[in-house]
Amino acid sequence: MEALLGRFRTLTVLLIVIVAQLLYLAYQVKTNRDERLIRVWAVTAVTPMAGIVEAIRQNTIGFMRDYFILLDVRDQNRRLLAENKELRMDNIYFRNQLLTAEHARALVLFQAQSPSKTIAARVIGNSTVATAKAVFIDRGSTSGIEKGMAVVTPEGVIGKVVSVYPLVSQVLLVTDPTFKVGVESQKGHIHGLLDCGRGKCVVEQIQNEEKVDPGERFFTSGEDRIFPRGFPVGTVVSVQPGQGMKDVKLELSGTPGAAEEVLVVLQGVHQSIPVAPVVDETTAKMLPPPPPEADGKTAPAAKPQTEADKVLQKYDTLGKEEGHVYGAIGSTVPNFNAKPAAESKPPAQAAESEPAPATKPPVPTLTAPAPQPSVNTGPALPLGAPRRKPPPPAEPKTPAAEQPPPQ
Amino acid sequence: MTETTVRIVTGETKENWFSRFKVVALAAITLVAIIGKFYLPRLIPNTEWLELPLLLTVYFGLMRRSQIASLFFGAFVGLAEDSLSPANIPIGMYGITKTLVGYFAASVSLRLNVERRGIRPLLCFFFYFFHAFFYWIMRRALLAQMVPFDLQESFVHGVLNALVSIPLFVILDKIKLPVAASPQIRSTKWR
Repeated sequence: MEALLGRFRTLTVLLIVIVAQLLYLAYQVKTNRDERLIRVWAVTAVTPMAGIVEAIRQNTIGFMRDYFILLDVRDQNRRLLAENKELRMDNIYFRNQLLTAEHARALVLFQAQSPSKTIAARVIGNSTVATAKAVFIDRGSTSGIEKGMAVVTPEGVIGKVVSVYPLVSQVLLVTDPTFKVGVESQKGHIHGLLDCGRGKCVVEQIQNEEKVDPGERFFTSGEDRIFPRGFPVGTVVSVQPGQGMKDVKLELSGTPGAAEEVLVVLQGVHQSIPVAPVVDETTAKMLPPPPPEADGKTAPAAKPQTEADKVLQKYDTLGKEEGHVYGAIGSTVPNFNAKPAAESKPPAQAAESEPAPATKPPVPTLTAPAPQPSVNTGPALPLGAPRRKPPPPAEPKTPAAEQPPPQ
Repeated sequence: MTETTVRIVTGETKENWFSRFKVVALAAITLVAIIGKFYLPRLIPNTEWLELPLLLTVYFGLMRRSQIASLFFGAFVGLAEDSLSPANIPIGMYGITKTLVGYFAASVSLRLNVERRGIRPLLCFFFYFFHAFFYWIMRRALLAQMVPFDLQESFVHGVLNALVSIPLFVILDKIKLPVAASPQIRSTKWR
């Protein structure tokens, strides 16, 4: 055994080292325990150097500009930029409130809600894992930062705090493959999950039946219990139907990887999603209204086809002339023996007085000529079936023409 | 070349190399590499692909030619990196990966003439790819984290790291050059 171990000494050592690390790894996963002591040591050892390097870079490289070229302009600019960011954050909040002010509860919301309390921080370093998107910021537990707090910029969401040390904190960016954010669309208030794991950001869990348009904005929904509701997330770039779920690609409004100054939300306040701007429908290309239906109800001037129709029309005319309402209580009985006024007129006059097609439709600009009411009396033929020539237009019927020929 | 000559030459090279390349200096360079990975992307954007700790592990393995020392060095560098990784990745992932890289680099150095300039970038490319793939496998298998593995991106990053390794190894060679085996011995050794 000893000889065997001696012969395979290097392999034995390799196995021992690997197995020891695997056991340690399994212990961490099993107990779900973060080895804080080791991380604190490492971070405490490395971050001061990174801070020193950053300070040297800022102070030495910027020395010439600060004191010889621009004097205090850069300092002033930095201060104004910070102030501008804060004002923009306030602006987003107040704009949201004003946009919802038309609703009944807007005033109550406005009074009840207060803006999220934030603290500014500077990004000082990245994570050592290339595939894991995380950064370190120069604020820690001494500044009141706690694990799980949201990190944002006025442009959009950045990430969440995953580790807190006394002077620094580690922020997992929204672009990390293991990080998902609950989002909500602006127009339809459709909820989904933001996932930026595959290089491009997509919104998952949106069914094909839901309506999401390109250009629509997404905001945090607050369901992830990390980001308060109402922070901007991004804009839809493309929407494709998928297998059950839509494939919604999103462009982040913030720049998580390139952010240098961020805001940590100490006390989050949910805001309402701003109302989408109303689309001016007058500018949209619209078809003219469809022509009225050519049935019996809308074409009272249709010519009677049967004897019953003729009698019905005669009685109807008589009733109108004598002011009788059929079915009404107390209405005088009309004289059914009297001739209607139209029949008593000479044929030419009667033809003139014959009502023109009352359903003369407005001429549409984009449609085919409107069908004449009560003209198409033939059966509907299938497409491609041989059609007979339409009969020549019938002569206008007059009462004289309707008289049967003399025997 | 006899086995005795090889042993003498190799032993002398290792002795000289390690006697000057002190442990303190090695630790300092390692720390610089880790801080470089930690801070460099802030200083120069889009340099997340640069794996200075990995290149240092490969270099150590190739030049030290001791499998045990190299695997311990790889484990040390990996665990140091792990301690700066996000909290959702437990400590030990990089440790295991770099342990294997150190071991294999030392194993390769026993069989190939790794002092040729051309072969070292190739080995760096190979070890970068192995490192990235093995790390991805471990995240999926051990942590059940379904992170994507971009083959094309890994290939490009491997090439870039291989290119960076050329001047980096030259600098590291210069550091240990005064103590390296003399050109005569080296040429005898590999002729």
